[in-house]
Amino acid sequence: MTPEPRLVEVRKNVLKQNDVLARALRERFREAGVLAISLVSSPGSGKTAFLERILTLLHTRYKVAALVGDLATENDAARLARSQAPVKQIITGTVCHLEAAMVQNALEGWNLRDLDFLFIENVGNLVCPSSYDLGEDLRLVLLSVTEGEDKPLKYPTIFNSADVAIITKSDLAAAVEFDEVLTRRNIQAVRPGIQVLKLSAKTGEGMPVFVKFLEKRRLPSRSTHAVGT
Amino acid sequence: MHELSIAMSIVDLACEEAESHGAPGVDVVYLKLGPLSGVVKEALLFSYEIACQQTPLEGSKLLIEEVPIVVNCPVCRERRSVQSLQSLCCAICGTPTPEILEGRELMVTAMELRP
Repeated sequence: MTPEPRLVEVRKNVLKQNDVLARALRERFREAGVLAISLVSSPGSGKTAFLERILTLLHTRYKVAALVGDLATENDAARLARSQAPVKQIITGTVCHLEAAMVQNALEGWNLRDLDFLFIENVGNLVCPSSYDLGEDLRLVLLSVTEGEDKPLKYPTIFNSADVAIITKSDLAAAVEFDEVLTRRNIQAVRPGIQVLKLSAKTGEGMPVFVKFLEKRRLPSRSTHAVGT
Repeated sequence: MHELSIAMSIVDLACEEAESHGAPGVDVVYLKLGPLSGVVKEALLFSYEIACQQTPLEGSKLLIEEVPIVVNCPVCRERRSVQSLQSLCCAICGTPTPEILEGRELMVTAMELRP
């Protein structure tokens, strides 16, 4: 007679390893007094242009740094280095999203206490990044005016995982007959109550509002040496 | 498509569990999957078979229980289901409800171990 299979209760999160690492990162960011902000969006929605602009705006007053994830090339890091902020590229190879371990590895050699803001640009992808906590304090989801108003409805999970939604490329809104009211309604439908900001990295429209938004959330600095004002 | 890496995590987790129970292999892995987990059932099932190859889980089955989104409706002050993933409103009174109680699950709940 064959013995019966044994049923055991498990109750474990599949991504527990990532979640544990993400929790440790979040704790490290908090202790170091650095606000970690991640960016997710589809490819081409303007994450890098937005980041370049925000790093340039912030770096005269604050210590800022960025990690940028891509499947291949160091192009984004080279482009962002023009802002003079420290930037590190994370090349994921065939992996379509960032994981907490990649962020942890990329931070090696950086003293987080010397930073006020750390930006983490995820791989351009509206599906996979939603499953992975990176330890960030704020997750921004970007949506450009050229993408179509129903994008939040098509990718509800990523919009639901975000803390703030940013409508980018506002300078092109008229040319593509962008329906802002409909877009905002769709964003609110999949993530009720989320704050939505509209801006253009090209013209600078809306950028001061975003800078103020970040400044309000800045953590008490634990800097080891004097930094800006 | 990140389901293959998710499937590999499931296999790692299940192997660890089987080993801790001294079982030579696994017949069934039970998984709870929420619509907000960001994981697609069909893609996961397909990836699971590949991830199991040459592991103690080879030939095992993945049984996925899809669980609904449950929110805390601020008006009803009750646990409620929502209208849809595209409209996170209380299914009863229609109030938009950001407070999600369930629906992000990606959890191994049980396993059948080979004797």
